Amino acid sequence: MSIKKLVLETMLFGLSKLFGIQAMRDPTFKERLKEKNCIAQIKLLDDSVGRYFVFQDGKVKSKRGIHPEADVSMIFTSAAVALELITPPVDNLAMINAAKNFQFVLDGPEELIAWLPVTLINLLSAGTKYGTDLDDGVKRYVNNTNGGPVYVYVKDDKIIRITPIEFGDDDPEPWTIEARGRKFTPPRKATVPSYTMTFKSMVYSPDRLLYPMKRVDFDPEGERNPQNRGTSGYERISWEEALDIVAGEIKRVRTDHGKGAILSGTGSHHLWGWIGYWLSTHRRFMNTIGYTMVDHNPDSWEGWYWGAMHHWGHSSRLGGGDSYSTVEDALKECEMMIFWSSDPEATSGVYGGLEGSIRRLWLKELGVKMVHIDPFYNHTAGMLEGKWFAPRPATSHAMAYAIAYVWITEDLYDKEYISTRTTGFDEWKAYVLGETDGIPKTPEWQESETTIPAKDIRALAREWGSKKTYLGCGGLGANFGGACRSATGIEWARAMVYLAAMQGLGKPGQNMGNMQWGTPVDHRFFFPGYAEGGMSGDLAGTAAGLNMFQRMPNLPSMNTSYQRVPRLKIPEAILDGECEGYPTDSKTIEGQFMGYKYPAPGHSPIRMYYKYGGSHFGTMSESNRYARAYRSDKLEFVVNQAIWFEGETKFADVILPACTNFERWDIGEWANTSGYLFHAYGQLNHRVITIQHKCIEPLGESKSDYRIFLELSQLLGVANPFAEGTDELGWCKRMFDGTDLPKAISWKKFMKKGYYVVPAPPEDQRPPVAYRWFAEGRKKDVPDMSPLPGDYAGEYGEGLQTQSGKIEFVSSSLNRFDPDDPERPPMGQYIKSWEGHHTTELYGKYPLHLITPHVRHSFHTMGDGKDSFVNDIKDHRVLIDDYYYWIVRINNQDAKNRGIGMHDLVKIYNDRGAVICAAQTTERVPPGTVHSYQASAVYDPIGEPGNSPDRGGCVNTLTPSRSIIKRSHSTASNSCLVQVEKWNGEEGER
Amino acid sequence: MKKAYMIVDVDKCIDCNNCFLACKDEFVDNEWLPTSLSQPRHGHRWMNIMRKERGQFPLISVAYLPTPCMQCENADCMAAAENDAVYRRDDGIVIIDPIKAKGQKAIVDSCPYGAIWWNEEEQIPQKCTFCAHLLDDGWEAPRCVQACATGALRFLSVEENEMEKIVADENLEVLHPEYKSSPHVFYKNLQRYTRCFIGGSLAEKTDGVADCVAGATVTLYQGSEEVGKEISDPYGDFKADHLKPNSGSYRLEINHPEHEVKTLEVDLKTSINLGTIWL
Repeated sequence: MSIKKLVLETMLFGLSKLFGIQAMRDPTFKERLKEKNCIAQIKLLDDSVGRYFVFQDGKVKSKRGIHPEADVSMIFTSAAVALELITPPVDNLAMINAAKNFQFVLDGPEELIAWLPVTLINLLSAGTKYGTDLDDGVKRYVNNTNGGPVYVYVKDDKIIRITPIEFGDDDPEPWTIEARGRKFTPPRKATVPSYTMTFKSMVYSPDRLLYPMKRVDFDPEGERNPQNRGTSGYERISWEEALDIVAGEIKRVRTDHGKGAILSGTGSHHLWGWIGYWLSTHRRFMNTIGYTMVDHNPDSWEGWYWGAMHHWGHSSRLGGGDSYSTVEDALKECEMMIFWSSDPEATSGVYGGLEGSIRRLWLKELGVKMVHIDPFYNHTAGMLEGKWFAPRPATSHAMAYAIAYVWITEDLYDKEYISTRTTGFDEWKAYVLGETDGIPKTPEWQESETTIPAKDIRALAREWGSKKTYLGCGGLGANFGGACRSATGIEWARAMVYLAAMQGLGKPGQNMGNMQWGTPVDHRFFFPGYAEGGMSGDLAGTAAGLNMFQRMPNLPSMNTSYQRVPRLKIPEAILDGECEGYPTDSKTIEGQFMGYKYPAPGHSPIRMYYKYGGSHFGTMSESNRYARAYRSDKLEFVVNQAIWFEGETKFADVILPACTNFERWDIGEWANTSGYLFHAYGQLNHRVITIQHKCIEPLGESKSDYRIFLELSQLLGVANPFAEGTDELGWCKRMFDGTDLPKAISWKKFMKKGYYVVPAPPEDQRPPVAYRWFAEGRKKDVPDMSPLPGDYAGEYGEGLQTQSGKIEFVSSSLNRFDPDDPERPPMGQYIKSWEGHHTTELYGKYPLHLITPHVRHSFHTMGDGKDSFVNDIKDHRVLIDDYYYWIVRINNQDAKNRGIGMHDLVKIYNDRGAVICAAQTTERVPPGTVHSYQASAVYDPIGEPGNSPDRGGCVNTLTPSRSIIKRSHSTASNSCLVQVEKWNGEEGER
Repeated sequence: MKKAYMIVDVDKCIDCNNCFLACKDEFVDNEWLPTSLSQPRHGHRWMNIMRKERGQFPLISVAYLPTPCMQCENADCMAAAENDAVYRRDDGIVIIDPIKAKGQKAIVDSCPYGAIWWNEEEQIPQKCTFCAHLLDDGWEAPRCVQACATGALRFLSVEENEMEKIVADENLEVLHPEYKSSPHVFYKNLQRYTRCFIGGSLAEKTDGVADCVAGATVTLYQGSEEVGKEISDPYGDFKADHLKPNSGSYRLEINHPEHEVKTLEVDLKTSINLGTIWL
């Protein structure tokens, strides 16, 4: 026998001894051994070396040789291969290479070929301690949320409390910024928001799905009764029955209809953790079964993506700007900050918790002037005070034009910057002055559009033109904002770029930003964002190609269906059988021009819908359409995998109960999205990377999404294409190994402590200020890899992504695409909203403008409803007669005229639907405007779903489904006319 | 002997509700005998955030007032309780004994601050305990303070005379001093919530073009006494703040070198936006 074979025999012998030892050390591993009774064989292909393991009732006996009746076998072509793969530490790249070339094979039933490799990995890793032991049998774990990381205190498998994390003595000191003779240092803790603080009540919600269910009038072998979806009752079924139905339907639909018949979609967000994320586990599974993907519209970006991008590039950020080191620059230089459609106190930027609040308060302390432009006196305005402008919704770009008019006529703009850093200004200037259309865009002119007095616009323009000003547009400061999500979103976003350019974007104190993004945290330490695809291996559809495919080798997954459905057109796809869309493409500017049709050529229309996660009723537009689509017989089968019984869950034929991230393993970093929001952790005062401890066992019979998909995979014969012989904690380790973490902290220490705070770099290693390079005519020096080399017209790194390399007032990309499109001309113009005070017939019926900004106390639908604690927040829902009503904010005078008092129940309605809300009578909106947050998790129609008033609060049923422009897939939700009246409980009162 | 105090800075409260939620997280479904039984899932506001809007569109201001139990030295709840059901610890925290207080609904009504809540299931009155059970376990602050996003809430464990000095140095006040209950909760910048402003927007028209009037001096008189002076900002806005509600007549005198003096009378009930004032 060769040396290698001898060594292999010895290793296998050693392995066999390890079982008993590890079972003693680790109760979880001991339990695992009880899961299967089987005979597992490890051997070489020629049977010259082998050892088998008999798993029986939790005990493992092992013998040298080949067993005649092994249940499952792990086979290696040679001793060399075997030794490479089983000698710790496990080399995943070697493992995959061997597997792909059939040098390493697992043979046996699905369940066992999934179970065995995981058991062997766990054998080697068992006994790793995690969490901190406290007094009284309490253990403190770490987990993470989209508001930030938390400590989780557990006793007897129950969460007692969830708290923000205060850093310890072994964590690094924070950064300090010296500005204007003072030092600014953030507190040494993680400042999380309300929707993180409420998680205990979400985990232990009475609406938790604790077992699989089936609609009582759905029989997969008989009558399906699709017309009853949304009104039928449910009965409990076993996991076996549930998974059999779902796997059976997947196979049946693929067989009966063919490629593309399965549609699956998720929300845009997810409970935290990269392994469990929708871009990871869900994507992996769906690619593995082949499906029609739901194509997300660029909802947070809209006007930036379809509009601003054509004037300054930034396709990698979907048309928004970057913010590097603007926090320091603002503290040092900024004299005035304008929050234009920007409420970071409510929106947290995105995932930024409440880390930015203290930074904005610093600016207030320094005496920086604050201006807020928002139809609603938002929470940022409430905190900072200053000057408030409340334009009519979807008209504020008129303000921008009038401001430019004052700058031009009073010589208050940066002429040198315009002439050297931009193109096309003269043409736009002529338009602003009224030389081309006979309408000078004066402050008087804008008053008839916005209702803002001309004198105030003149004052604002003069202030802005004479002070070093930060334009904070959108919640992120250079991106997002409700104004970008209206019929005039394109015109607003590009006007923001124009104004910033006119004031010398990138010069000291002259930039875009609102203190939300651009802290001096370390930007070099590598940990992926969720957009990098987790364990999905999806190189085409995630940002896995950026880093992780090299750093965390794993099997790729590829969807074999070319068909996709635009998310906002799912109802049309189902009901009408056809629709068209435009892609959300970050690679390059022209990506958004590539329209596509559904059905795709040669693909089946959708017949099965596998819905996952958050509901569309509270988050899409004109969302009654979604309810109606569910009840169509074109949809043969609907399965919903969710955590709570709410929203769309009630429209499924089969419900699969998933558990929260607190009940499973995961790993993630606070606010780190990567992808479209590269370096998003720049919103934080500290970078915090966490292992997300499994704190408690899943409630009831709920399972992790990973586990559910694994069990389905086993029924479909794809267990290892899905799971790759790895379990959730195994994936966490694989990911950990691929990041910079092992250089800074051991796996053992990371598991025990739960988190790692990345130290801030020394002052001279902070990123350079955003756009400073551009303003000074130098090469790009911020740590951003985009745009791709092919997108530089001149030399790489010089200029922006546009054809000229400069900020273009007249877009060359739009000129190439369609210079005559009246909806989106190559040059920004004042275009009126197609639903607003100018559409006089509609306005006569519905004289109130409704805005539906991002909800404050929930992350979209995540924290709302489900009897969670946030429902008791006075500004979130109002308890009236035992029901928690959503709030609509209406001006005191408008309310008085309608006989409406504080907390009266009102109906807010238009031709698209009606919603019953509690009125909050207020001065925080002007007459003519009403405000109600989007994202109700509760859809509770008082009559027929999709055709009756909703008591739950889905104001999204009222917003238009029309795209901003025809050649886009976009939401214009903030162009919405409604009427409000007192509700007396008629119309189907229960 | 160190005592427990809380300081609330009204200027820094942004109604994030972390304090309210942290309290629910700590007490819903958790028993912390001897200081508390669990709080009901809904209905109680041991940290009650009061909300206020001042002024009229578009010159407004909002203010939030987090109100926990005041941990009064002269506690009305202690007086109203039977059987020593309410007692005061050495650190000043007032505790409602969850066993002894059973059935004593009168304790709820006794609190002039409305800080006591009835637990229907347990049939006991309940309130904020400053998280006494956590402080006893070595925690540095109650849950609300720990979760506060802006530092609006501060917790101090200091000697009485040290607290007196802090109250003087930082200009702290108590809520409803007329209750004479000697609270251990102090407020900073309370006037943002309790006081009123008289505001307006100065403008002028020249050759048909309207403009804001910046740099005008707006002097506020009560009788012959000057009680305030503001300079109008670049938008012509001025705000004379910190006035008592329902405090009667005021006279405003508006002076600007390029305009004639303008005088206005205001009968102040609550915060008022006088709107655009043309000079």
